[in-house]
Amino acid sequence: MNDKNKTTPKKELVPRQPMPEQPAEERQKNFKEVPYGYSPETAMIEARRCIQCKKPRCVAGCPVGIDIPGFIKAIEDGDFPESIRILKESNALPAVCGRVCPQEDQCEILCVLSVKQEPVAIGRLERFAADWEREHGEVKLPKVAPPTGRKVAVVGAGPAGLTVAGDLIVKGHEVTIFEALHKPGGVLVYGIPEFRLPNEIVEFEISNLEKLGVKMVNNVVVGKTFTIKELMEEEGFDSVFLGVGAGLPWFMGIPGENLNGVYSANEYLTRSNLMGGFDFPRHDTPLKKGKRAAIIGGGNVAMDAARTAKRLGAESIVVYRRSRNEMPARIEEIHHAEEEGIEFHFLTAPVRILGNDEGSVVGMECLKMELGEPDDSGRRRPVPVKGSEYVLNVDVVIVSVGTGSNPLLTKSTPGLELNKWDYIVVDEKTGATSIPGVYAGGDIVRGAATVILAMGDGRMASGAMHRYLMGEPEEEPEES
Amino acid sequence: MFTITKKMNLSHDVHWMDVDAPYIARKAQPGQFVIVRIGVTGERIPLTIADSDRDAGTITLVFQEVGKSTMVMGGMKQGDNIDDVVGPLGVPSHIEKLGLVVCIGGGIGIAPVHPVARGYKEAGSKVISILGARTKDLLIMEKEMVKASTEVRVCTDDGSYGQKGFVTNVLEDLIKEGAPIDVIVAIGPVPMMEAVSKLTKPYGIKTVVSLNPIMVDGTGMCGACRVTVGGEVKFACVDGPDFDGHEVDFAELRLRQRMYLKEEREAIETLTYMSE
Repeated sequence: MNDKNKTTPKKELVPRQPMPEQPAEERQKNFKEVPYGYSPETAMIEARRCIQCKKPRCVAGCPVGIDIPGFIKAIEDGDFPESIRILKESNALPAVCGRVCPQEDQCEILCVLSVKQEPVAIGRLERFAADWEREHGEVKLPKVAPPTGRKVAVVGAGPAGLTVAGDLIVKGHEVTIFEALHKPGGVLVYGIPEFRLPNEIVEFEISNLEKLGVKMVNNVVVGKTFTIKELMEEEGFDSVFLGVGAGLPWFMGIPGENLNGVYSANEYLTRSNLMGGFDFPRHDTPLKKGKRAAIIGGGNVAMDAARTAKRLGAESIVVYRRSRNEMPARIEEIHHAEEEGIEFHFLTAPVRILGNDEGSVVGMECLKMELGEPDDSGRRRPVPVKGSEYVLNVDVVIVSVGTGSNPLLTKSTPGLELNKWDYIVVDEKTGATSIPGVYAGGDIVRGAATVILAMGDGRMASGAMHRYLMGEPEEEPEES
Repeated sequence: MFTITKKMNLSHDVHWMDVDAPYIARKAQPGQFVIVRIGVTGERIPLTIADSDRDAGTITLVFQEVGKSTMVMGGMKQGDNIDDVVGPLGVPSHIEKLGLVVCIGGGIGIAPVHPVARGYKEAGSKVISILGARTKDLLIMEKEMVKASTEVRVCTDDGSYGQKGFVTNVLEDLIKEGAPIDVIVAIGPVPMMEAVSKLTKPYGIKTVVSLNPIMVDGTGMCGACRVTVGGEVKFACVDGPDFDGHEVDFAELRLRQRMYLKEEREAIETLTYMSE
């Protein structure tokens, strides 16, 4: 120990450890996960790069406040069970977050190392610890407190809802999750493809929740099968968490959008991921694979759709109206997509989709753009270049320009306060909605955001729900 | 798991199925539908709730074998289980007390129009129902419709039963008789609903059609079921399935219904493999 502390130079010299991954040539033909993850040896080398700051800035960047230096120290010491224990104190789904969190914008961007070199690979280390636990049999489940006699309904089995369920079950409450689809996981199973997040990992996390006593009920659309009022007044739930996601896909309103072969990214990914459409006809759900697919948009979902189309055998072209610098997708996703041979048409806007007599897509007319003055979002506004129209020969078009609020639940819930975009209004510190005992978080509050932000909301709400259920007062706001 | 409590054939490829689904039965209203997935590799298909029994906790599905899923369901028996049934989805049909309501059911469409007719009759409206089928053997639920209506008129394409001709012929006669129709509800194949809407538009008679486009989740999440109504894009699963027939872009709907014809044939071929 003492020796180690003396040899400070080691921290400066070791470069950020790369994570081995499937070669691009190979992986564009399969749906297997792209990165393989660290070996224990590599993980320990990477962990040693962390200089264990006394006031770690990385933790402040984490929406769920993981003790990052703590779990990394445990990996450095080779105490992997301890590292996963620390992770799970603040994060119910480390195997998921280690894969899909935008660490480069959250924890890693704040790492002091990044001043002079590359930051510690916090995400890769998180993934390593979670995978190590899963692959080494015995998973230590947290202790469950004695029953409180209180019943909680969680609506939506996505990242926010799973977090709430995990938090409240260990506090001794009875927890039931209601999921609208036939399988729990939300966006983790219908949206994010297998090559980025294998279903097996989500299933494993959910089975752990079930082992703790969480009841999973699929095929229930709250707002239709039950109203929130019925859950609380007739089914005996003392508190309800709404984590239903956003999910209503936007289209662009250009001619030809209802032609056969035009999909929302939600539909395309759901058909492929959740329904197994990539494996048609062994799975019954068909999916137009196409010869050339245009994916419209520049976010992570667009990258997922583009890489899925490529794996299904289509030439895959991303059409984005701004430039590469403005793309909201994670750099890693853009990079992976480029490696896999996805074509990018930047500064390009679709004008209309062209069809044949049978109503199928045969092309898409596009317009070149140039960047003008910055708009409200601070990004330079794309302006059409006159006379620059051209036709892209495609037979599949995937529209990935965002999602809006799904009114299905909110419409059926009188008294639930919504904002002007129809998202649920909550108290910033507790996640409490305008209905007593009802809390909300994730995309149905924020609009389309990330898995980890949804989990952060869940974490915050579960604390407040626990206090509500136990009749404890809300903490007084801290003096500032 | 959802257990089939009753199963019978209404014609050679049309089946009646009662399914144990107490929570759905408690809520189901005329015009609503469920999404059914028969097993782990199955697709999600929308089926209209033809009836529901709150006390027994069952819902009734009436379906025709048109694709792989409905073919497999056709072969299921009482006591068999369906993996997933979710609902009731969609906006319930608008029902109120009116002077005269005409309910038109074409083929398999008689099943979903049945609870609408019954609802209007129970609300105190006079209900004339027009039932159409290709031939006598394919006519379903006549007895139930007689009970649910004030008057029933039947037609078959081949004249083997009732009046020879289409539902539009019967409807046109009714209109020409001067019947003071307040609203027409037409459910059946897309060409039938289109023909009815075309016929009634010049007369200005309000015509409601129930659309059954391709769906996946059935909760507004995917947009597979988008239809153009009055020049606006609607999602049939959350905005419908009932729409103003005079506003529906039927030409587009017809093309969209054919999106996976090739794949459906391919899927059915795997079924033949499996049974061999």
